[in-house]
Amino acid sequence: MTQLPLRAQLASALGRTAATLSRATGRGDGSVIGGRVGLALEPDLLRKLAQDRRLALVSATNGKTTTTRLITSALQELGGVATNAFGANMPAGHVSALSSAKDAPYGVLEVDEKYLPEVIETTGAGVVVLMNLSRDQMDRAAEIWLLAQKWRRALVARNTHVIANADDPLVAWGASTAARVTWVSVGQPWKEDSWCCPECGGPLDRGGMDYVPPGGHAPGVAVRQADGSVPAAPGSPASPAAPGGGLAENDWACRECSFRRPAPTWFLDGETVVDPRGQRWPLDIRLPGRANRANAVVALATAEAFGLPVQRALPRLAEVTSVAGRYTTVEREGRQARLLLAKNPAGWLEAFDVLDPALPVILSVNAQGPDGRDTSWLWDVDYRVLRGRPVYVTGERRLDLALRLDVAEVPFQLTESFGHALAVQPPGKVDVIANYTAFQQIRSEFGRAV
Amino acid sequence: MPSDSVLRLVWIYPDLLSTYGDQGNVLVLEQRARRRGIAVETVHVRSADPVPEQGDVYLIGGGEDRPQILAAERLRRDGGLHRAVARGAALLAVCAGYQIMGSTFGGEEGQPVDGIGLLDIASGRGAARAVGELVAEADPALGIPVLTGFENHMGVTRLGPGVRPLSRTVVGTGNGDGTEGCYAGKIVGTYLHGPALARNPGLADLLLTWAVGAQLPPIDDTWFERLRQERLTAVRPA
Repeated sequence: MTQLPLRAQLASALGRTAATLSRATGRGDGSVIGGRVGLALEPDLLRKLAQDRRLALVSATNGKTTTTRLITSALQELGGVATNAFGANMPAGHVSALSSAKDAPYGVLEVDEKYLPEVIETTGAGVVVLMNLSRDQMDRAAEIWLLAQKWRRALVARNTHVIANADDPLVAWGASTAARVTWVSVGQPWKEDSWCCPECGGPLDRGGMDYVPPGGHAPGVAVRQADGSVPAAPGSPASPAAPGGGLAENDWACRECSFRRPAPTWFLDGETVVDPRGQRWPLDIRLPGRANRANAVVALATAEAFGLPVQRALPRLAEVTSVAGRYTTVEREGRQARLLLAKNPAGWLEAFDVLDPALPVILSVNAQGPDGRDTSWLWDVDYRVLRGRPVYVTGERRLDLALRLDVAEVPFQLTESFGHALAVQPPGKVDVIANYTAFQQIRSEFGRAV
Repeated sequence: MPSDSVLRLVWIYPDLLSTYGDQGNVLVLEQRARRRGIAVETVHVRSADPVPEQGDVYLIGGGEDRPQILAAERLRRDGGLHRAVARGAALLAVCAGYQIMGSTFGGEEGQPVDGIGLLDIASGRGAARAVGELVAEADPALGIPVLTGFENHMGVTRLGPGVRPLSRTVVGTGNGDGTEGCYAGKIVGTYLHGPALARNPGLADLLLTWAVGAQLPPIDDTWFERLRQERLTAVRPA
């Protein structure tokens, strides 16, 4: 790559020194402080660092850290890749990532949803990867329809190649102003934020299902739609009323305007990816669960946009086993706890999919700043799936979760701390789902293995 | 309570106004009725559907500016909620849903948007977003304990003579004038957002009592009470 101007070189070097100090003093992984020092000296640094590289920006509410890692792993087949592997996903983190891999011809950057328009503008990235948008920490996050609208504006009149999930109506709307889009179909288990058309506000029909609220119902309640019929749940046999206007699974269309799902060319089909030529590839990856198979399909479509074919990219995806502590196992006194991070209702849905039904589960919930101070989202999660296994509840807001489980009639045991919840387990395996700071607390107490 | 002895809960426009755990109010009413042996039927009314008139308790939640405006338009055009309230149904309106019930509320740019006129209130857009825990002493006439919850809105609401304040704020912003929410007849409006009834089972039982027309037997409130005490202790000034 070309030489940076002297001022930018100095800023970049100082940033790296700060990052090294941060790591050496044990204060963090250094990725944010390094970037902040750099940006303060040279506001245009990110633009300069991005020049002459082939960049992919990865944004979504959920899965962006993991997908960034998967794409990075794939592109390493082609050459050096600069990436913000630790989830420092704002411009300071991007500066830090790019300046610590100066000679890498490729860059894969996880980008916070709000910062995406700014980072597209600054870096001029050739590829933008958009996966899902859902409610998340609403006491401080922007409204997601407004976010999607900002994505639309940022993509207009640019030569950006977007890889986007066609099954998420808000993402499809946000991506559809781009000059070129590769649409992938990787499903959308969490639909609560997209029952209305982003274009006109009319009702969206969703393939094979009627409206079903995310939190379920109390036992023994008869549930009806306005016309008196019983709503059809996803996967239920088609009713005579043809729920969802007779659309196929994952398809969607507005009932009042012409906005509907764009035609995808990549598909996730169970444990298999189908590429644009119709060829099926078994998704042989180490990361567990449906969400990660979806992330892998997105990564493969992105790799192909960089000219890397599936047969070369797929083995690289299988090298990723754990991402920033997610899915790692921590151990104490013969108890092995597998850690799953779930930051919002859509994330809890994906985490439930990964749980081993034969194991007890520890749930830990906090409501510090990074989690969102408001625990209302607990009511958007259907915990009934946990019935029949031992459930332990902990975290700073364990009483909010305890009441939620009580109303859902899920038996549970309240524990003072994660350590206590682990200690009362019989020796062996246990699954853990924690939200952001609860997850970090567990990692800092039990080791930050990445 | 209808003659066929089924309590009908009607959840209005969850596809538009259910942004943050608003379903909790439905779940809490369902559970507290079921634990007293009352049969419950819950109806989801999507925004394209007519609002049924034969419900006992109607619920409407919070949401973003654009869905709020759409919901107000559709409710006005439909008229079902007006007819249900006229026949004496109870209604809990939360946050954006609360503002809709008045004569006017603030749109995306703060522009006035017509409400549906079921409550004598007028809302506009405040200078700053009110985000955080809220504690408020309920109107003693309602006979319910102190209200606790979370608010997250930019609204300022003026109460007209046709309504009474639901409560007086101890912590938080509420309507913006030292009061929080309001009520008139069997309609309750509040800025306690999302699952307000999970933190206030007394308010849930008040709505059920209005619908059933009789006092309700007590039920085991252990987890409701533990959460209330923990929150009130954490939030209320010593």
